Amino acid sequence: MSEYKSGSNLEKVLKAGHFAFTGECGPPQGANVEHLKEKAAHLKGCVDAVNVTDNQTAVVRMSSWAASLVLLQEGLEPNFQMVCRDRNRLAIQSDILGVYAHGIRNMLCLSGDHQRFGNHPEAKNVFDIDSMQLIYTVKTMRDEGTFLNGQDIDVPPKLFIGAASNPFAEPFEFRVYRLAKKIAAGADFIQTQCIYNMDRFREFMKRAVDMGLHEKCYILAGVTPMKSVGMARYMAKQVPGMDVPASLIKRLQGAGKGKVAGEGIKFAIEQIEEFKEMEGVAGVHLMAIEWEHRVPEISELAGMLPRPKV
Amino acid sequence: MIVAEQKPIKEILEMVKDYNKILVLGCKGCVTVCNVGGSKEAAILASTLKIAARKNGKKIEVEEHTLERQCDPEYIDEIKDMIDDYDAVVSIACGVGPQFLSERYPSARVFPGVDTKFMGGAVEHGIWSERCAGCGTCVVHHFGGLCPIARCSKSLLNGPCGGSSNGKCEISKDVDCIWDIIVRRMTELGRLEELLEFVPPKSWITARDGGPRRLIREELVL
Repeated sequence: MSEYKSGSNLEKVLKAGHFAFTGECGPPQGANVEHLKEKAAHLKGCVDAVNVTDNQTAVVRMSSWAASLVLLQEGLEPNFQMVCRDRNRLAIQSDILGVYAHGIRNMLCLSGDHQRFGNHPEAKNVFDIDSMQLIYTVKTMRDEGTFLNGQDIDVPPKLFIGAASNPFAEPFEFRVYRLAKKIAAGADFIQTQCIYNMDRFREFMKRAVDMGLHEKCYILAGVTPMKSVGMARYMAKQVPGMDVPASLIKRLQGAGKGKVAGEGIKFAIEQIEEFKEMEGVAGVHLMAIEWEHRVPEISELAGMLPRPKV
Repeated sequence: MIVAEQKPIKEILEMVKDYNKILVLGCKGCVTVCNVGGSKEAAILASTLKIAARKNGKKIEVEEHTLERQCDPEYIDEIKDMIDDYDAVVSIACGVGPQFLSERYPSARVFPGVDTKFMGGAVEHGIWSERCAGCGTCVVHHFGGLCPIARCSKSLLNGPCGGSSNGKCEISKDVDCIWDIIVRRMTELGRLEELLEFVPPKSWITARDGGPRRLIREELVL
């Protein structure tokens, strides 16, 4: 029996005590494999694993498992994301078996954005189970070797189980309890929502550390560099559960013409530097949305290179 | 109650445009309470249909009648002697009504005059809100008396998703985040720890997912 739960690179990096660094890659709105490969190439060697989003913001894209396989073929380790919006427990469990069979070893369990946001608002949603129950499902399949109905699995899937946490959504006081609940349900690692309000995140982490959650689970802090003032304003106003302080928008505005993106990256690097020192933070999850080509530069500047070989 | 809303009048007119003797059939149950399908609304709809026909230079006969309930064969039977006098029936009961009518009177042409919306109640005069999804296994007592299955956009059972903001749901500023309310209520009641317990996957076998439902109470069966 391996000392690892899944043996994924991400698990090994975290277990060895390295400060982990994960990236993200959204599948194309089409079958444009070349574009996906091109985006993935920027991340290669910069991160320990790459999140592959599952119809994020409820917009139809190449399925997350299929794009994960493309990444795997390209020599990157995917962190396969799955949402509960589009699948019932039959499809969920069969997809888990399928991705494992093809070599995927990390999985991030999410509820999923409501379809009313997306490009098929007329769709019927599923939500047979919620994200908490999805974590429990993957853990049951891995550790008990059974399906949700208790039936034995012939070769159980061994996945490193991830979950999300949004320290900025409301009710704020409940968020750390929800994190605790996800860990109790079986989450091995957590990736947080993009952090901009550092005060609030410090407070959240303090509570998590006080509860000893960082000893039961690896917590990766979410970072998304701001590309423009418009993006910051959009995130502040339009994205539910996102907390962008006015002071950050002001800072970006103050950077001057042509220098906003650089200032955004500078802020992200300052954040990463602080996370490295912050008690309970085991790594950073960098979500450079449609900015994959800037990841090598950010990784370099943040002192995250070279990535450890475990 | 079952809450319904009148269909757009254009849609009703289009449905009945080829018929000359129309019966508008109201119901004294839920749809009367939510002011959409009772005797008053039946009379208004009947007049509207007549006026619209007259405007188009057409003379039609429209009468209205309101049953005690359209979800009970006993009351559906009441119109057995009159239904053949009409070539179309517009039922303004919930979705049960047109079906009970169609089943009892297979040759009748029955149209729905309302859109059945949800199970809920009036939260203010003129404002109704959903409360029950009819999942077949009530669990509201675990959530401070509030139902996350009917009232959370994602039917989450283990707490609020990351989209809850200022007490509102991520889908719209007009929709309350029920989990925000549940958490606050349970905190006030000193019962927050109950929400920290993992709620396992729910069996939907008693919900519509288990197939069309039927309820048999042996002691009541004649």
